[in-house]
Amino acid sequence: MFEEDTIVAPATAIGDGGVNILRLSGPSALPLLKKAFRPSARLKDEFASHHLYHGQIIGPHGDVRDEVMAVFMQAPRSYTREDVAEIHCHGGVLVTRRILDQLIDQGARLARPGEFTLRAFLNGRIDLAQAEGVVDVIRAQSERACQLAVGQMEGRLSSLVSEFRDQLLDALALLESWIDFPEEDIERTDIERIASGIAEVRDEIAAAVATFEQGRIIRDGARVLILGKPNVGKSSLLNALLGQSRAIVTELPGTTRDTIEEGIFLEGLRLRLIDTAGVRVTEDEIEKEGVKRATEKIAEADLILLVLDVSRPLNEEDFVALDLCPAEKILVIGNKQDLGKSALPSPFSDFSSITVSVHKNQGLEDLKNAIVAFFRRGERSEAAEDVVIADRRHRDALLRTSRQLESALSGLGSEVPPELIAVDLQGALSALGEITGETTPEEVLNRIFARFCIGK
Amino acid sequence: MLSSYGKKYDVIVVGAGHAGCEAALAAARMGCSTLLLTMNIDAVALMSCNPAIGGLAKGHLVREIDALGGEMGLNIDATGIQFRTLNTKKGPAVRATRAQADRQQYRLRMKQVIEEQPGLDLKQGSVVRLQIEGRRVVGVEVREGLSFAGKMVILTTGTFMRGLVHVGLHHYASGRAGEPASEGVSDQLRSLGFKVGRLKTGTPARLNGRTIDYEKLEKQAGDTPPPPFSFLTKGIDQDQICCHITYTNERTHEIIRGGLDRSPLYTGVIEGVGPRYCPSIEDKVMRFPDKDHHQMFLEPEGLTTHEVYPSGMSTSLPPDVQLAFYRSIAGLGQVEIMRPGYAIEYDFVNPTELFPTLETRHVEGLFHAGQVNGTSGYEEAAAQGLVAGINAALRVQEKEPLVITRDLGYTGVLIDDLVTKGAEEPYRMFTSRSEYRLLLREDNADLRLTPIGRRIGLVSETRWAAFTRKGEEIERGRKILGQQRIAPGEKEKIKRLGVETLKNGVSLEELLRRPEITLADLLFLDEDLAGISGQAREQLEISTKYAGYIERQREQVERFRRTEDVRVPENFDFGAVPGLSSEVREKLQKVQPRSLGQASRISGVTPAAIAILAVLLRRR
Repeated sequence: MFEEDTIVAPATAIGDGGVNILRLSGPSALPLLKKAFRPSARLKDEFASHHLYHGQIIGPHGDVRDEVMAVFMQAPRSYTREDVAEIHCHGGVLVTRRILDQLIDQGARLARPGEFTLRAFLNGRIDLAQAEGVVDVIRAQSERACQLAVGQMEGRLSSLVSEFRDQLLDALALLESWIDFPEEDIERTDIERIASGIAEVRDEIAAAVATFEQGRIIRDGARVLILGKPNVGKSSLLNALLGQSRAIVTELPGTTRDTIEEGIFLEGLRLRLIDTAGVRVTEDEIEKEGVKRATEKIAEADLILLVLDVSRPLNEEDFVALDLCPAEKILVIGNKQDLGKSALPSPFSDFSSITVSVHKNQGLEDLKNAIVAFFRRGERSEAAEDVVIADRRHRDALLRTSRQLESALSGLGSEVPPELIAVDLQGALSALGEITGETTPEEVLNRIFARFCIGK
Repeated sequence: MLSSYGKKYDVIVVGAGHAGCEAALAAARMGCSTLLLTMNIDAVALMSCNPAIGGLAKGHLVREIDALGGEMGLNIDATGIQFRTLNTKKGPAVRATRAQADRQQYRLRMKQVIEEQPGLDLKQGSVVRLQIEGRRVVGVEVREGLSFAGKMVILTTGTFMRGLVHVGLHHYASGRAGEPASEGVSDQLRSLGFKVGRLKTGTPARLNGRTIDYEKLEKQAGDTPPPPFSFLTKGIDQDQICCHITYTNERTHEIIRGGLDRSPLYTGVIEGVGPRYCPSIEDKVMRFPDKDHHQMFLEPEGLTTHEVYPSGMSTSLPPDVQLAFYRSIAGLGQVEIMRPGYAIEYDFVNPTELFPTLETRHVEGLFHAGQVNGTSGYEEAAAQGLVAGINAALRVQEKEPLVITRDLGYTGVLIDDLVTKGAEEPYRMFTSRSEYRLLLREDNADLRLTPIGRRIGLVSETRWAAFTRKGEEIERGRKILGQQRIAPGEKEKIKRLGVETLKNGVSLEELLRRPEITLADLLFLDEDLAGISGQAREQLEISTKYAGYIERQREQVERFRRTEDVRVPENFDFGAVPGLSSEVREKLQKVQPRSLGQASRISGVTPAAIAILAVLLRRR
């Protein structure tokens, strides 16, 4: 009745490759497939569901457009829970486009981005958090990000949320009976049970939220900022870590006037390396702007590599650079150690430090290990059933839930009337429901499904 | 042979219980010529079970009935013998009034009000058939061989349709102990296409108060002064009584368990579904085996009788078991039973077949109200009776129908729940059924509903004058609270208020927001404020003190409204929504909700299903 149309889109990136897959979903998936596809062996009677057939795509004038494999997946055993058909054609841009156009001419509609997954959600196969897991799986840049996303797609976060929800509903039910049955003597222990139920959820939410930094770094990568006064070898360090020349390196201080960003992988960790203009006291307007930008980047950085030239005495600009950085993010890099080395004075000596010679390619392995160790420190042992929060939307919803629970708990402790505490609990449940989609506002839903690439 | 009674009525009400009385009075007061038919004219507004009105959420309903111009509040105020406010330690939204009634006085006064109401005829007659022309009701026929013509008919049959009383394994046809059942109408409804089901309820034995040893028992007195229900009542004048509290014990429970082989509930004789929230004592004992005692209240049935109602102890065990277990309870060792407790099964009509006006979908002009819709409780019945009476009158007058929305009153919650969720067990009102709980308070029922009552013509001049005066006082008070300030230098006043020194000046409103300060504390600061009536002061205090929470609830409701307001198109085929479980789909198809909000309140429709529907409906 609605969405009665059948949608089609390339399920693989269109480009020259071995195979491209066109996916159809909707009530006409099978008729459309039958119309376009001529099997090479005679079918007994019907397409058997979930069987791969060899054959040809026949154009409207009887011309053969490609030699393909085709599969029909009968609802509800399909990605969208609708009838789905897939055509595996040769991986050429033109051949794929011609088959796609033919299917559209014959009545299919080009799918909007995310529409296949939207249908899976609408058809109740997955919830919102799982749908987001699908995007993350597709976009995963590292093995661990992928592993995390698969867990979410499989419903790990969803089942945690539903556990919270059940616990809160239990507390709410107790609270409501305390309100509605004033003649029955509700005992102090019941009030304590309400409070301990809420506190338990709050603590579990806190534990989940605490994984966010880790989760975010796994999913989106960590931001590593290279900072220091001019001409200490920041850009050389960037190039050395990248293994290529990206930044211009000169003997002249202040060559890098803007920030440069590059991605690398270290042991499955995705890092954004950010080279900055040197920190200095200057009247040069352009360079001042560069320094300003560097200080802005500091706030967003997960780790700051504070580069010092240990072959020369430190000066006030090194101290200015140090002063810009939050202590917990600093890793001190003593560069140019090959040119002579002086011991780091306090307060630089208070931080973990690595001495390197970028020029001589010395100490770089130590540095890489130190970076990895920095991000692995405090990481929880990743048991398979642990939920790691990687999406800011989920973290925000959990934090809002948690705030309402705090309010409920302080209310219970200070004799706030129970019907007001119920308002807190309702609010908490509503915030929680945004994660799995029950109470997600429409604007947010639209944004989420717009993140999908077409064909998924 | 059937003879026709000459007079043609606008509205005929069948049954003179709590729903019927409100329906008939409302229709007549709105100017319709009205007939109230009852099987037994001595049982008008009889309290079949507990001789009490009000309680949590029920007290709220009574206040709403009163605010709209109904009779229940005034009637209990005139005949109540103990009044209490429940939940005084909780917030204002869940405080509720409850009163013990003198059972005989209650019915006699209501009968008198009805007799004296212009335009209303009260007659005895047992309706056996509705007269239907096409799909429209045109009158009723009574057993005595008479027919009455009427444009609208309101059925308020209570437990009387095919009523079957059970005491132990004995059962007999009866609408209430001592009165016959009504036969015929429910069969006719069934043949008209209504879904008729079976429910069960029960009542405890009535005890002779002279055989109770009150010496050993805990006393429970009413509040002084007694808090009245009606916004019009100035004070309660009649004598007030005391109730007593006692408890069952292990011995009681043993006797009850020993009698279960002769319990109609536990031997499967009763097929109707009973109220989970008002279980019989045998249910309590069986369902909560860990509880070694259950509380009970001994409530006198009136000033001129010794009959006592043991609240919380309804039972359908055989009379010998009843006597034995009552006698095992402290204070009741020598007790004599005057009437045995019993269970009753009766026919009810599925309320999802009603419009929110309480008119039936199958038969034009036919309204159902009260227990026939699957509710329990006098207050729930009366609220429906009032709404049915109002809407029948509005139809006669060809005016817009009245639908009280969920945010305006428990009356709205009640009817919306009934017509969308139906009744799988006797429906009782709870404050938790309302998502607008902080807004739907006993204290502001008049502010919510009296203007509506005025518009439809139910609110008298006296009530309207009092209401307007209160509104003006609230306005005046609000201004004073906002404008009057205390400066840091006013040391004397600050000291008297008992607050720490003020750095800046504050308004009285800001002071009142502090948890430790009440409006009474502020009265000495302003003469005009002190001159405002107690009712208006209460409004000022609550609306100021709880403003923050009320605002948050409003926001929650707003968010919910966005769901609420998504319309479901006509002829929407829920069967074609693929993501729903077959159970959810079936429920949606049955109720055919008209909005997403309504769909979300159908029991068994999961939040996940609503998420799916929300996206589908918005994407259309």
